[in-house]
Amino acid sequence: MTAALQAHFDATIARDRRIEPRDWMPEAYRATMIRQIAQHAHSEIIGMQPEGNWITRAPSLRRKAILLAKVQDEAGHGMYLYSAAETLGADRSDLTEKLIGGRQKYSSIFNYPTLTYADVGVIGWLVDGAAICNQVPLCRSSYGPYARAMVRICKEESFHQRQGYELLLTMMGGTAGQREMVQDATNRFWWPSLMMFGPPDDASPNTEQSMRWGVKRHTNDELRQRFVDMTVPQAEKLGVTLPDPRLRWNEDRGHYDFGPVDWQEFKAVVAGNGPCNAQRVTRRKAAHDDGAWVREAAAAHARKSQDPAQRARLTGEADHD
Amino acid sequence: MSEHDNPYDLLGDDHDEGHRWAFGTGFTDPLEGIDTSVPAGLDAGALARCCLALGDDALIYSHRLQQWVTRMPELEEETAIANIALDLLGQARMLLARAGAILGQTEDQLAFFRAEKDFRNVRLAEHDDRDFAELVGRLFIFSAWRLALFQELSTAPDPVLAAIAAKGVHELTYHRDYAARWVIRLGDGTDLSRDRMQRALGSLWPLAGELLRPDPDASEVTGGASTSPAAFGAVIDMVLAAAGLDRPDAVPLAPVSGHTGRDGVHTEAMGYILAELQSVARAYPDATW
Amino acid sequence: MTESEWPLYEVFLRGKRGLNHVHVGSLHAADPQMALHHARDLYTRRNEGVSIWVVRACDITASSPDEKDPFFAPSGDKVYRHPTFYDIPDDVPHM
Repeated sequence: MTAALQAHFDATIARDRRIEPRDWMPEAYRATMIRQIAQHAHSEIIGMQPEGNWITRAPSLRRKAILLAKVQDEAGHGMYLYSAAETLGADRSDLTEKLIGGRQKYSSIFNYPTLTYADVGVIGWLVDGAAICNQVPLCRSSYGPYARAMVRICKEESFHQRQGYELLLTMMGGTAGQREMVQDATNRFWWPSLMMFGPPDDASPNTEQSMRWGVKRHTNDELRQRFVDMTVPQAEKLGVTLPDPRLRWNEDRGHYDFGPVDWQEFKAVVAGNGPCNAQRVTRRKAAHDDGAWVREAAAAHARKSQDPAQRARLTGEADHD
Repeated sequence: MSEHDNPYDLLGDDHDEGHRWAFGTGFTDPLEGIDTSVPAGLDAGALARCCLALGDDALIYSHRLQQWVTRMPELEEETAIANIALDLLGQARMLLARAGAILGQTEDQLAFFRAEKDFRNVRLAEHDDRDFAELVGRLFIFSAWRLALFQELSTAPDPVLAAIAAKGVHELTYHRDYAARWVIRLGDGTDLSRDRMQRALGSLWPLAGELLRPDPDASEVTGGASTSPAAFGAVIDMVLAAAGLDRPDAVPLAPVSGHTGRDGVHTEAMGYILAELQSVARAYPDATW
Repeated sequence: MTESEWPLYEVFLRGKRGLNHVHVGSLHAADPQMALHHARDLYTRRNEGVSIWVVRACDITASSPDEKDPFFAPSGDKVYRHPTFYDIPDDVPHM
């Protein structure tokens, strides 16, 4: 029976159709999908921290509203993704435990600090830009719930990127101090943004299997190159210099050549030794732990509300709607 | 499904009308296109002071809620609190813009370049919630009061203030409902949550007294209708009863030489709030953002 | 599952111009009222005029989308938990 189920699974993938929650799937596929979706969800939630860092200090009320809405969207994205992972049999609180216990990862970019207000714009431009490059192909992920969550997320993130870029355009057209802030932020986020696409193809053992399963549609290097090609003209339009002396258009290749990425730095950050790793996880853990009594209270109240005597006392509340 | 391999194709100029982007993608003035002249016979000064007071309440309150982002006890509560913070920020923007139209200042000039003594928010808005019980308790008291106030203001003679209040009524009903349900869950949850909720109410109650101080400006702009809504007290009592909590027996927080938040006399928290809120704007005073 | 965990609810929305409720996803809540509030925050995000239904996931009984297909999991009384009919409106660009 399993051979027939496997054949059906393979045929579905081969026809570029979706695997749905009730379909049979190899355990390795299920585990890989859960891990990939969970890490994506964790990234959205952790990503709220570096960006949320500047909400209270945003220098205009409009920018404040935009940033707050963006961070709220990220919470929503995390939840859509956790929902998708749960259709595979995962449990959200279990995934949270894995995150705060360091057993599951999130995108390494969020282990960098946001040190000035311009970082908000640069994150929108570069980090969301890189994320979109990564995510648009995932809209065709073989796993249906993930693909559909990605469609919704990509739509929302395209606005985020646009807002970030627009902030940078405004700042670059502003005072010398604003322009310096943007250049400084760009200098700090350029290389980490390139690292968001993961290690080079020759150091990425899972890629082949992931591509065979339709979990991944393009290689890391392919996406990284695409991102560079798109971003260089945007940088020129802004008037910022990307901090790579080797960056130049290669007519023969039809792509931009760019300098070597510091993979030692990437490995260190992924291994937990980046500038903000401990801080990010500690914050998430604190919210979760400090919130335990609240979650318990709500659950206790819900149980009591099912008790008829309690319901009588609480019906005053229901009339209040 | 199309193969949109160029992700930047998604950044089209048209965006779907259902999108919930905060104030749109190009919209700078919250009262854009609206006639902000003051109707004849209305005291413009009182109107400006009233809008400033209500706007400052919302601005400072929203600031405190923003500080809870990434610290909420569950992810769903993150979206809820961000929603409420956004609503209040939106109210602040419109109210400050309305006051600013009379005073000749922009919403940002008012928000980022006034000193503590020129802010008119009630001291309840400044309070730093020490835990989730204080967060929902304070929000409940504030929302219930503000909702009662806005219900009266939605028939104010100034059409701009009336419109702002009418929109706010809808939002504040939701905020009050959200907070009230949490007060009940905590009051009637576990023993620990009940203790924390009761304790929170005890800490917050002294700040509630200020809410009922007579406000001559508000009275002026509503044409003299009652502006000390004690009716909101009935709602508070109903929710406390459902939660099994006792109404605290606390004396209102003392004024300073008879002055409170509406007079620009705040708690020590206010200086730190403004230091944070205004820091970037003040560091680049000539910048546009 | 520990006692304090909030159960899963499935969310159904009917938009302003919609004719029926559509499954849009799930969320966790302690009770039905909370689920409604959260659904409004998460799935309508500041939009008005949307009708929301929330249902405990465990209260949903589902059939397989393709009853005649022998190729569904033998342990297939798992509840159907995610929309396969999430429609992208025609007027959304580049979708």
